[in-house]
Amino acid sequence: MIDRTQVLHVARLARLQLTDDEVGRMSTELSNILGHIEKLSALDLTDVEPTTHVVAVGSALRPDVVRESLPREVAFEQAPDIADDGFRVPSPQA
Amino acid sequence: MSVEYETVIGLEIHVQLKTNTKMFCSCALTFGEPPNTRTCPVCLGLPGALPVANAEAIHLGLMIGMALGCELAPRSKFDRKQYFYPDLPKGYQISQFDEPLCAGGGIGGVRIHRVHLEEDAAKLVHAGTSGRIHGSAASVVDFNRGGTPLAEIVTEPDISSAEQAGEFLRLLRTTLRVLGVSDVNMEEGSLRCDANISIRPVGQAELGVKTELKNMNSFRYIEKGIRAEVARQEALLRAGEPVTQETLHFDPRTEQLTSMRSKEEAHDYRYFPEPDLTPVLITPDMLERAHAALPELPAARQERFERDLSLHPDTAKLLAWRTELGDWFEAALAASPAGYDAAAAGPLANWTTNELITRLGTDVDPATSNVAPAALAQLVALVAAKTVTANAGKQVLDVLVAEGGDPAAIIEAQGLGAVGGEDTLAPVVQAALEANPAIAERLRGGDMKPMGVIIGHVMRETKGRADGGEVTKLVRAELGL
Amino acid sequence: MTHLTDLTAKTAIDAITSGDLDAAELFDAYRSAAAAEDLNAYTWVADQTPDLGAAAAAPLRGVPLAVKDLFCTAGVPSQAGSRILEGYRPPHTATVVERLAAAGTSLLGKTNQDEFAMGSSNENSAYGPVKNPWDRSRVPGGSSGGSAAAVAAGLAPWALGTDTGGSIRQPAALCGIVGLKPTYGTVSRYGMIAFASSLDQAGPFARDVTDVALLYSHMHGRDPRDATSVGHPEATVLPTAERMDGLRLGVPEDLTGEGVEPGVMAAFEAALQTARDLGASVERVALPHADYGLSAYYVIAPAEASSNLARFDGVRYGRRSGADDLVSMYTKTRHDYFGDEVKRRILIGTYALSSGFYDAYYAGAQKVRTLIARDFTAAFAGVDLIVTPTSPGVAFPLGAKTDDPLAMYLNDYFTVPISLAGLPAISLPCGLSEGLPVGLQLAGPAFSENRILDAAYAWERALAFDSTPSRIGAAR
Ligand SMILES: [Zn+2]
Repeated sequence: MIDRTQVLHVARLARLQLTDDEVGRMSTELSNILGHIEKLSALDLTDVEPTTHVVAVGSALRPDVVRESLPREVAFEQAPDIADDGFRVPSPQA
Repeated sequence: MSVEYETVIGLEIHVQLKTNTKMFCSCALTFGEPPNTRTCPVCLGLPGALPVANAEAIHLGLMIGMALGCELAPRSKFDRKQYFYPDLPKGYQISQFDEPLCAGGGIGGVRIHRVHLEEDAAKLVHAGTSGRIHGSAASVVDFNRGGTPLAEIVTEPDISSAEQAGEFLRLLRTTLRVLGVSDVNMEEGSLRCDANISIRPVGQAELGVKTELKNMNSFRYIEKGIRAEVARQEALLRAGEPVTQETLHFDPRTEQLTSMRSKEEAHDYRYFPEPDLTPVLITPDMLERAHAALPELPAARQERFERDLSLHPDTAKLLAWRTELGDWFEAALAASPAGYDAAAAGPLANWTTNELITRLGTDVDPATSNVAPAALAQLVALVAAKTVTANAGKQVLDVLVAEGGDPAAIIEAQGLGAVGGEDTLAPVVQAALEANPAIAERLRGGDMKPMGVIIGHVMRETKGRADGGEVTKLVRAELGL
Repeated sequence: MTHLTDLTAKTAIDAITSGDLDAAELFDAYRSAAAAEDLNAYTWVADQTPDLGAAAAAPLRGVPLAVKDLFCTAGVPSQAGSRILEGYRPPHTATVVERLAAAGTSLLGKTNQDEFAMGSSNENSAYGPVKNPWDRSRVPGGSSGGSAAAVAAGLAPWALGTDTGGSIRQPAALCGIVGLKPTYGTVSRYGMIAFASSLDQAGPFARDVTDVALLYSHMHGRDPRDATSVGHPEATVLPTAERMDGLRLGVPEDLTGEGVEPGVMAAFEAALQTARDLGASVERVALPHADYGLSAYYVIAPAEASSNLARFDGVRYGRRSGADDLVSMYTKTRHDYFGDEVKRRILIGTYALSSGFYDAYYAGAQKVRTLIARDFTAAFAGVDLIVTPTSPGVAFPLGAKTDDPLAMYLNDYFTVPISLAGLPAISLPCGLSEGLPVGLQLAGPAFSENRILDAAYAWERALAFDSTPSRIGAAR
């Protein structure tokens, strides 16, 4: 139901590298799970509104009031690679 | 017979909103602070941090919607737009997908498709020294800008030329500036524009394949970029080659168009409703507050100038679309001796848009010049009363622009007052006729063509202070015509 | 008293208040026990007894609190059971942890859990599985397995957990303690490392209903940092009911015993009889769409998770795998530091949201959610509370279901529909099957926590289940 190509496509969207072995295993496991989920298609869902928030809440907006930002050294503390006062990453164009 | 093509353009404009804090957190907006000093767990996308929408951003969004004549949704929700990029800390951008804050409307003859709110991306800069992202091996991310509130304004494909696109954007920018919702500075990135461009043979109903021209940061480049892209598409079609759907970048220095994402896979943004935010319910209170905050907008001001002051549409538009010019003009009109009055408005508007602008330069705000609004108003009134001729009035304006001052005093000091009345002018006319006997003879014979020579002579003698009409009258009297 | 760690939190607080017990002494007893534990319940334990002066003056008197690792605690490891957050010390603290600290709890340790709360056995932790104190060859349940095991084993008087599809109730049941999943929105989610945002809810674990009520009473409240938080419309009252007179209990019609272990069913039936003896009536209720709950849940939760976990990209925090180009950096980092179950759910969730599948999967599941919520509304017109076994079985042996994700998911059959509807539910121990605890789930309408706690309290007294930690060895 979900073949290797689809697993690879979805993995690419999710930025998840999979070994050849994992692709095969995931394809089987995901197919089983999706098979179970298929059950949903038995229901007639026309005219049913989807539920995004189970508890009805009004707008929860925030007043436009400045609060102190993090000191930069705190923002950087857990980062894997800091350079030039920023978070360094391999270039997207490389 | 060669095919004629027409151009179809739709614009997507991103406007940074002028709030105190970011869209979903309480960090102050950045104005060039050192990198990564305006961040918090929310805008860094730390684990467990949650967004809360800024009420003021919603308010400004509603003002934009009202100004553009949009329909305002009673309920508006946020969605996650998902893709991976280092400038997007959560792996998704909080935006609005199918329930935008505003839909429909239009301005300057261009229909608005929708206006929605979202958060800005952070800034990704090359880590090398080349000055370009391309080619450098590493980049660094500065999250100061990340999370700045944006309104994205999407037009219908109603624009048919680069000039019209520029014109529309100028009106939109002025409108947003008057609203006070944004700095609308293209160079600084608070106003950014993408254009969707396609061409089709005239008469064809179906739209051609469109390309997207991204991130143009000045009006001039937008117009140039669109012209270049239209030309490129037309050349392709005339050569029998297809236009491919792609995203292009226009380099204003080389004026070259380059494809931005040719090798990247098609996007699948996997939008879904943002579960961390509840839908925004637009209450009558919010609408009332937004409405009360609306100033007079350029389009309405132009209309008022035409209707109430009987200004020519071109003049009215020039004054209304350049807010500072319109403000200066209205201040002058209020200060004119006759008061804020339609009769004085026409000449004053003409003096402002022609004489004054020519002397100051097109981009100068007259409020920064030496000319006080009341001074020009007084000068125009003196010209109307023929206390001074139009020509001499222009000399007075030269002085005002150079050093400011009071028109009446300048006229007095430089002896620029009009020379009028039979007693003073008749002898000058007599002398002119005597000095040009041949001309006088022709005039006497009924040939009025050389009248200008006499008038010119009189003007020279009076340093331009005589009224041409009065001189003509006196010539006729003198010659018994 | 021989075992300080046998005291319930309420008893300990009363003793500290009266001067019979020193808060630091209590903390130290727990700290020593936690530091020496061999269940792998903790991933971090406080290395010293803090100054409890201020806390001891607050209502909860400095009583130690174990906190599931996915709650961010400033300066203290917060790894959510994942390798990708190994050693991560956040700059921020979860609102609920802050609230409880203000109420006088002191942070004893961070508890082990399934990675990003994805699991029902605690075997998906990157830091190793947790053992069930009733039988160390068995799982404690999950995903809040460390919290449940710690409370059951006397390694903490009470603990914080989170419940997305059953992650408080199921481990509470499997470890023989009490766990409450509150109404969605009553407790702030700020600082809780998200699994599925529309389902995640923090809740308390304790050894009795009173302690659960006491801890919960200091947890809820509207938080301006969580737009989905609503707080609780009324104060939580410590339960006092001794009877269940007039209380109408509903048992789902399709709960016939099929798919439920006989020993669990027997304990459940016996508990129902106890309820009748206390004056409750028991009747059947129809929940026609509950059977679709698991399917809907296994779309919604992975979909939201796939999005929530996108931020773990190796840029700003957490582990990163080296690579020369950006895409490889992302894909390698996420491959190397996410576990199998997390990968599975990210893939399922990404698939369910991807172009062409959204309507059938995600939108469809959200509609089923509406139907399930309606079922509960209709059911609660006829009964006050709905009761089921918490889990179809008792604690299973470690490794028994790790190769079969679907079998693992079935553990949540009774808990998931309630989560989808955002309703409150408690699990309390109601007996033993094969020497292992059986849990009873009691669910009510939104914000009915006080009613649930009252009923659970009366029931608990009548059932007289002994959860004293030092006796669990004997029960084994
Ligand atoms: Zn921030």
